[in-house]
Amino acid sequence: MRKTESNKAWLLVLPVFLLVAFSAIIPLMTVVNYSVQDIFGPGEAYWVGTEWFKEMLRSEDLRGAFVRQVIFSATILVIQIPLGIAIALAMPAKGWAASLSLVLVALPLLIPWNVVGTIWQIFARGDIGLGGWFVNDMMGIGYNYTADSLHAWITVVVMDIWHWTPLVVLLCYAGLRAIPDAFYQAAAIDGAGRWKVFRYIQLPKLRGVLLIAVLLRFMDSFMIYTEPFVLTGGGPGTATTFLSQQLVKIALGQFDLGPAAAYSIIYFLIILAASFVFYNIMVRVGRGDRA
Amino acid sequence: MARIEFQRLAHSYLADPVAPADWALKELDFAWEDGGAYALLGPSGCGKSTLLNIISGLLRPSQGRVLYDGKDVTGLSPAARNIAQVFQFPVIYDTMTVAENLAFPLRNRRMPRAEVRKRVAEALEMLELQPVQNRRAAGLTADQKQKISMGRGLVRDDVAAILFDEPLTVIDPHLKWQLRRKLKEVHERFHHTLVYVTHDQNEALTFADKVVVMYEGEVVQLGTPQELFERPAHRFVGYFIGSPGMNFMGCHLVEDGLGIDGTELVLYGHWAELARRHAKSRLAIGIRPEFLDISPTPRDDAVPTRLMGVQDLGNFKLVTVRLGPHEVVAKLPEDAPVPTDEAHLVFQPEWTRLYADDRLVG
Amino acid sequence: MRLRYLALIVYFGFLLLPIYWLVNMSLKTNVEITSGLTLWPQNLTFANYVTILTDQSWYSGYINSFIYVAMNTAISLTVALPAAYAFSRYRFIGDKHMFFWLLTNRMAPPAVFVLPFFQLYQTFGLFDTHIAVALAHCLFNVPLAVWILEGFMSGVPKEIDETAYVDGYSFPRFFLFVFMPLIKAGIGVTAFFCFMFSWVELLMARTLTSVAAKPIGAIMTRTVSAAGMDWGTLAAAGVLTIVPGVLVIYFVRNYMAKGFALGRV
Repeated sequence: MRKTESNKAWLLVLPVFLLVAFSAIIPLMTVVNYSVQDIFGPGEAYWVGTEWFKEMLRSEDLRGAFVRQVIFSATILVIQIPLGIAIALAMPAKGWAASLSLVLVALPLLIPWNVVGTIWQIFARGDIGLGGWFVNDMMGIGYNYTADSLHAWITVVVMDIWHWTPLVVLLCYAGLRAIPDAFYQAAAIDGAGRWKVFRYIQLPKLRGVLLIAVLLRFMDSFMIYTEPFVLTGGGPGTATTFLSQQLVKIALGQFDLGPAAAYSIIYFLIILAASFVFYNIMVRVGRGDRA
Repeated sequence: MARIEFQRLAHSYLADPVAPADWALKELDFAWEDGGAYALLGPSGCGKSTLLNIISGLLRPSQGRVLYDGKDVTGLSPAARNIAQVFQFPVIYDTMTVAENLAFPLRNRRMPRAEVRKRVAEALEMLELQPVQNRRAAGLTADQKQKISMGRGLVRDDVAAILFDEPLTVIDPHLKWQLRRKLKEVHERFHHTLVYVTHDQNEALTFADKVVVMYEGEVVQLGTPQELFERPAHRFVGYFIGSPGMNFMGCHLVEDGLGIDGTELVLYGHWAELARRHAKSRLAIGIRPEFLDISPTPRDDAVPTRLMGVQDLGNFKLVTVRLGPHEVVAKLPEDAPVPTDEAHLVFQPEWTRLYADDRLVG
Repeated sequence: MRLRYLALIVYFGFLLLPIYWLVNMSLKTNVEITSGLTLWPQNLTFANYVTILTDQSWYSGYINSFIYVAMNTAISLTVALPAAYAFSRYRFIGDKHMFFWLLTNRMAPPAVFVLPFFQLYQTFGLFDTHIAVALAHCLFNVPLAVWILEGFMSGVPKEIDETAYVDGYSFPRFFLFVFMPLIKAGIGVTAFFCFMFSWVELLMARTLTSVAAKPIGAIMTRTVSAAGMDWGTLAAAGVLTIVPGVLVIYFVRNYMAKGFALGRV
């Protein structure tokens, strides 16, 4: 759209700016402030420079959490994106069945995150949960997510798939509905089969929403906190302790303000950088103007 | 290439059509000859897209049959019918190059590589797309994209027909005539059966050998552009084709002639007899503005009328006069004398048509 | 075709089974829950729900959650509407940077902000108030609201604005009575997402409250007591947090696809 040049528009943006500045800039300044000082109490702070940053970058805990985080985010992206596309393709396009599918799919997205954790905490338990009981007693696997690291991992991943694949489904579903019928008609006339329709029409047209889906899922999975906190509490040991949990542990658990602040800044920068890289790669890979 | 025939074809989008208005396409029965260029002309919602979709096989008619060269294809899929279609908005495969787009329908039919290459090269040449053949199709302009759509039909020499669904909608005006000329050229060279859907009379009349005019789900006339102009079979055709459209005046039967409503004017001779045959119908006479003459001075064969206005459109003039309750438009050559106040309208009886209940009777 | 529906049914089964299990448990007594697995309640009881709906310390959690969610949605929409309009219609110094900066806040991990927020709101005396949580949630909901609304507003032709000004409308009158009705679907979608993200967030809501504004999610943790887990009540509390979501989805289901279609969540 042709836009008018006008700096008066700033007046309209001002409320947002003030509000977000209050919520983002002041706390961020606090964080930066803490990250370079050692704080003993009110009014007792010493300049430590980049000491906390060095300590955090050397920290085994942080490195461990980072590796787990990367593996976790990669795993859920690899599963959720294809699964989400497949479900969106399978969903009915119109009528009551479409409405019903949409409502069902959206359901997990509107459950408070701690309740998601609770649901899976219960569901996956061997004694009172249907899922845990099924795996244990019907399949005869000695499954216990509170004691076995691998089981805990699988449970957290399955929970995340349950919780967030719907977002990918909804995005893809909306993307699919936006493809004009003429494309399918042309493909039918050109004698293209199901796979070719997907490969040459649907997938290229979904590029935009998939970009958003990958970015959102990457960002949100990188910030995951509440669900694994409720489900496994980060354990057993530190098996499912991701970056946010590690941070909360330092900040609120041990109240180590300096290290926590340094950690926060490193964490934020990683997400920003990764999102930026992701965005550019994906835009480049799928180049070709959108029709 | 094929002769396309419709037998008792009709379609309704409702499961249980009762009233005539429930039918998107009213029963029709006619044929298009092999190798002809046909236009389907009508306003939006007249059923032309429905008919097109039935021809291409995207839609199964509620009743009747579609025959290609005498073979019943009513139940066949678009792919099995072997047709090609160019849509209103460019439909191209974004991720492929121009050449790959053209090769796509051939590859899907498992044609040998060398043959594919040859055909694609031919189509590229014909459509003047060689300079961009290795470019990604997504970045091209709308008219180039429409050429690609057309090309996907041209590469297949066995197509029964190429269908065009208002293909120039998104093309810039100055490129429209180029693309239209290219279409004509393609038709003259390959003699495909072409079906062209449009609501623009100029496109239809310049493109087609025969025009099918549709109105409210019905085919009201099938004829050459000349026939549509000279003998509109339906009031709608008279009004829709030509610029400005045909003049219509309601009329009624008087003792021994045909009286024009609201005037003293009576037409005698064969009109009276024609009118008597349709005495129970709603009667109107119609005459094209091109066939009316206006004289500034009284003449024996002229009717006095009152001048309403003159529009000078460069190479011709439109003169509007009032005859009783009717406003009548005449198209006069640029150099014709323009009456000032009193205008004398001259009818040409051989170009005057009589309509009973909107249909041509004489 | 058959395979496609089979796959869908399996997926929906996967989605619904854990929720079914929660509902199932909420309708059982604790004795039945712990004494063995039963696929549906053998002794159907609503006692767990009665506990929650009659105990003030329980149901106040729901009220608190609703209050801050509603406040957040209202604040987010109020500030985001004019800003989105500015981004969709005008070019001004720093517009692109501003837009990008807003979006980076969507990328900020809540865990990073928890501690500074805690201190900030304590300084301003806002700790343990509904407005504190509502404001904290603005951090991610306002950028989101601006983003979604901008998409909808860009779909409204500029000629409409110009015509209105020519007809003598003042900006506020034009915005309220001409423009807003045109994008009401967009406002609905935005409200939906603000509601959703505020409703599901717990880390900030929990950290910024202690008693007076404590959200239901935080109250749920107290089912762990010396006597062991009160599973039935926990499940019932969980089910009650799902209900508002179901209602909201049901009302906006037709707009939902449209909001997602903009690719802006």
